Amino acid sequence: MGDLAWIDAALVSARPQAVAALLRYFRDLDLAEEAFQDACLRALKNWPQNGPPRDAAAWLIMVGRNAAIDVTRTRAKQTALPDEEALSDLSDVEDVAVQRLDEADYRDDVLRLLFICCHPDLPATQQVALALRIVSGLSVQQIARAFLVGESAMEQRITRAKAKVAGAGVPFEAPGPVERAERLGAVLAMVYLVFNQGYSAADPASDRASLCDEAIRLGRLLLRMYPSEPELMGLLALMLLQHSRLAARFDAEGNPIVLDDQDRTLWKRTPIQEGLALLDKAMRTRKPGPYQIQAAIAGLHAVADTPDETDWAEIDALYAALEIHAPSPVVTLNRAVAVSKLRGPEAALAMIEPLAERLDKYFYFHGMRGAMLKELGRAKDAREAFNQAIALANTPAEAAHIRQQLDSLAQKK
Amino acid sequence: MKYAILCYNDEAAVSSWTKEEDDAVMGRLNVVHEKWEKAGKLKPSIRLLPTSAATTLRKKDNEVLDGPYAETKEQLLGFYIIDVDSLEEGLEFARELTAANPGGAYELRPIMIYNEGAR
Repeated sequence: MGDLAWIDAALVSARPQAVAALLRYFRDLDLAEEAFQDACLRALKNWPQNGPPRDAAAWLIMVGRNAAIDVTRTRAKQTALPDEEALSDLSDVEDVAVQRLDEADYRDDVLRLLFICCHPDLPATQQVALALRIVSGLSVQQIARAFLVGESAMEQRITRAKAKVAGAGVPFEAPGPVERAERLGAVLAMVYLVFNQGYSAADPASDRASLCDEAIRLGRLLLRMYPSEPELMGLLALMLLQHSRLAARFDAEGNPIVLDDQDRTLWKRTPIQEGLALLDKAMRTRKPGPYQIQAAIAGLHAVADTPDETDWAEIDALYAALEIHAPSPVVTLNRAVAVSKLRGPEAALAMIEPLAERLDKYFYFHGMRGAMLKELGRAKDAREAFNQAIALANTPAEAAHIRQQLDSLAQKK
Repeated sequence: MKYAILCYNDEAAVSSWTKEEDDAVMGRLNVVHEKWEKAGKLKPSIRLLPTSAATTLRKKDNEVLDGPYAETKEQLLGFYIIDVDSLEEGLEFARELTAANPGGAYELRPIMIYNEGAR
């Protein structure tokens, strides 16, 4: 790795903290981003000669702040700090700078920066795009590719989202405990949106799929700052456990492979270990929540070497818990899968029939219903359900999967 | 002489490497690993999972804390056990690792096997 790659990694990892702190100083997103860009340019010039500073984020904040103050001169009250030559040559000056940036400030800063992106008026995809741009520092081009839209369309979307956020007036005082918990909850949901955006990609090597790594990186960043939040541990565990299956989830043509048919030797052990360790740690707190429960379900799949070894009874119990913590017809539908394995298709069908109205437009509902009817030998009803599913398929691969089911029905006859 | 080579680096920066960078670094490191393993000098190497997965038991008050014990700018990310003729040879190994993976530091700490433990 050359100098530049190293500096690049340092800048990327320091970005959330640095932009977040600069936002607190300037209370203006554009100004904070500009100041950060400016600091990065100076880092590229300065670091190869003087070596990287001990605390890259602190350096970038100081230098970015100075640069922006020099340019704008709008905040006369703030006195300029020593320039970056002095900062990186004299480590004691750096120490002072670091001390001034209290760890607690960092935490609230980064949380605020992420929270700004979770503005309730912004649709989910825009929240994700904004977070990727502002917090992760992805280029508009990278984000556009991840969303499979044109660059100028994405540019417009981000600009509009920023304008909305700027007008929203997020308070800059340190949040109280209740508010902090609320912010963290919204931020976790947004990070999971980033992950799911990547998870839905059919090509594991695509820009879109790389969003999973970005979400995991954000999860780790948050957990380093809030090391004792069980739901944060749960979310990170959930993402790691799901991501561990990446190499097994698609065939060579990019068609999804269902869990039962995946080659489990392709599941990556390291993220599974990390996910299980986090889950273990979270469960010690005895404060269950939806992310922990979902992670526990993913964990039970992860430890089963073959589909037959899956602990469906425990998965059924976990879904029952999830129905209490985060009730939704989709959760019940998922629970029915476990029930079908435990108590057969009749019990599963009885569980999902009451969902018919609410999940009428949901592909998986009709697919699951068809599969249960097929197992019960009700070919005509099954065919009807599968036909409904095909009409609602989101991708050609989903439709193909149902067509296979229909074909095997025809053969049985 | 047996040494532990303790690998310190900025965890946040390392986990910000792109996949290509990560693969490139691992590829270069593996060349070094292979060479020293063939020479019979490289013993087990341990990769520590991220500090965010760590738990610390503070002995004084029997308190369980989330996260690593030491809050430092650079973190202990893993270690190698080597069996070399001299400190100089250990440093040679560390220098080859450095060429493959710059940034951070390697601490060479002499060790003795205290107990082989269960097999």
